[in-house]
Amino acid sequence: MRRHLKILEFALSALWRRRFKNLAIVVVYGFTIAVLASILLMTDAMRGEAEQILIGAPDLVVQRVAAGRHDLIPVDYAEEIRGLPGVGEVSPRYWGYYFDAFTESNFTFVGIDDGPPYELELLEGRLPSAPSECAVGEGVARARSTGVGHELTLISHDGLGVIFDVVGEFQASSSILTNDLVVFRNADLVELFGIPEGRAVDLSVEVFNDGEVSTVAAKVKRIFPDTRPITRSEILRTYDAVFSWRSGMLLTVFAAALAAFCILAWDKATGISAEERREIGVLKALGWSTRDVLELKFWEGAAISLTSFLLGLIAALVHIFLLGASLLAPVIQGWSVLFPEFRFTPSITVYQLFVLGFLTVVPYVASTVAPSWKAAVTDPEEVMRG
Amino acid sequence: MILHPGVLALLGGSAAALALLVAACVVGLQVLRRWDFSSSSATQLALERRTFLVSSLATVALAIEIASSLLFLYTVDDLHRLFVGAMCATGSLNANPVGWWVLPVKVLILLAAPLWIALNGLDVRAGDFPVIRAKYGALLVLAPLVAADLVLQARYFLGLDPAVITSCCGSLFSAAGSGVSSELAGLPVFPTMTAFYACAAAFMAAMAACRLRPAAVARIATAALALTFLAVTLASMVSFLSLYIYELPTHHCPFDVLQLQYRAIGYPLYASLFAAVVFGLLPALSLVFRGRPSFAAAADRAERHWLEAGLAATIVFVGLASVPVVFGSFTMRGY
Repeated sequence: MRRHLKILEFALSALWRRRFKNLAIVVVYGFTIAVLASILLMTDAMRGEAEQILIGAPDLVVQRVAAGRHDLIPVDYAEEIRGLPGVGEVSPRYWGYYFDAFTESNFTFVGIDDGPPYELELLEGRLPSAPSECAVGEGVARARSTGVGHELTLISHDGLGVIFDVVGEFQASSSILTNDLVVFRNADLVELFGIPEGRAVDLSVEVFNDGEVSTVAAKVKRIFPDTRPITRSEILRTYDAVFSWRSGMLLTVFAAALAAFCILAWDKATGISAEERREIGVLKALGWSTRDVLELKFWEGAAISLTSFLLGLIAALVHIFLLGASLLAPVIQGWSVLFPEFRFTPSITVYQLFVLGFLTVVPYVASTVAPSWKAAVTDPEEVMRG
Repeated sequence: MILHPGVLALLGGSAAALALLVAACVVGLQVLRRWDFSSSSATQLALERRTFLVSSLATVALAIEIASSLLFLYTVDDLHRLFVGAMCATGSLNANPVGWWVLPVKVLILLAAPLWIALNGLDVRAGDFPVIRAKYGALLVLAPLVAADLVLQARYFLGLDPAVITSCCGSLFSAAGSGVSSELAGLPVFPTMTAFYACAAAFMAAMAACRLRPAAVARIATAALALTFLAVTLASMVSFLSLYIYELPTHHCPFDVLQLQYRAIGYPLYASLFAAVVFGLLPALSLVFRGRPSFAAAADRAERHWLEAGLAATIVFVGLASVPVVFGSFTMRGY
């Protein structure tokens, strides 16, 4: 044990003696780890956010499909669905997207009757309760320079301007949900969008027993063949698949960078300096065996890997959770103009660390095995003779 | 194909391990062709230096393979979220049955890799490379195994289709079904429990006996009991240990124990089980080569530590497995 610790001590002092050469490796190694860790952490954080948001989503959403496209659904369907055993409340939902010509951005409009659609926190004011009232998200308020006590002018479906009183503004902490959101009363939204009487955008269905959701969905599909029931677990699974895919896709793209890094590591490990060769020669002349020198090389690699891993991981944590993934966000956030600021809940799992280690440390170790051996079998006599 | 980060890590890791192992085999064969330890020629000196390269390449490759077994278990468990009907690793493996073939290959590697690493350690320590031919020969067996692992994993992950509706542990590991898994789940609880504890006690006694009075019979008995203990424990895991961990009389899945809701107890359980079995097998393995005095001396020094570590791992395993049986509020007395 003492022997191993002594070799470790020697390895650390050897690394320190050649600190500038090793610093170059640590910087590139750390950067590679930071990039890969950022991808892993961000996609997992986004998956977590999506799961949190979907906790409040309806068990089952029934949409109507016409000509393969989403169409408005007759409100009458709700009555029949409510009659199915195990089904609780069935309520029509009114929502849609609105292109705002002033700011050239898209807003999301949601109609409510009583409570908010999800657990949204209002920064100030209240939710709309009277005609011509609305509550806006932070992004909308900023883009249109409005706020509680001010007005919001929108263009209705028939081209006329409609003025709403802003009575509430959503908290920034829910910005991933509410940034581009405007909440109205259902009647106002129906009028603004010109939704025909007796129609809704879709129906939200409450199913008492989680285990029966897919059965209810099958029954709805049988009764109304023109509908598409979407269960919450389907949405969750889709998000899971999408985020895993995005993460995997980005990692595949960065595989080229990883390969470049391995070549650099190989090159640095192969091109040992004359001084280093002399050092190994002296060690062997003093009685070190090839096994000892290999162990020395192992400890050097371990120290470099651990240092780079920790530095890279810290950089990724700062990037994702403190700086809101500012470098990666443009790649994955989609098409919106009013981007929410990402404020992810910091989280890290052992699995992420393990995967990250496999993606970075394994290639590094694999590419330095042969060069380490080459250095370790240095012949002392040959080196000392120069 | 599912582009999951864990899948990429597994395939990349296995590919790296295979590349290293193939390189080790190639260099190993070159060494064996002209190997003559009694010679003091420059060629022999160069070959002796090359043995360090083979050892390093193979050790790193096998260490990657051992770590990848853990990663495979976790990844397969994590993937279940993508499949309708899957609730744990069983569902993910059922989504593409090739996955079930990866498991026995991983188990073989998990047993063979540490044995090779230990054998290599003794060979290097002995000084005159007494078992070099045997260990390089073993590499030629291990390399196809690692290749099979990579191919099967790739076929499994490439063939996964999230649109497939899979079935999970509730239907596979149920006493009412048919097949090996159902037979195991249907084993009577108390006789299996008796067999498990008897086997654990016999295994520990054999290791203790071998530690105190090393003899060929004791070494062989320890190895035989190690393999019996592995088989009985895997059957017990499905038959009754899982019931106590989940506190459900009908839940026999050996994979749900890996999930966080059960404190991921499966990882220390399986790790200590495999460690115990490997340490139990090592004395018998060393017996094969004890004819060479330098090897026997190195093996004698190591054997004590193996047996002590094996005893410790068995105690950890039996302790962890027994906590819910002894202290849990769940009981199977009515069954």
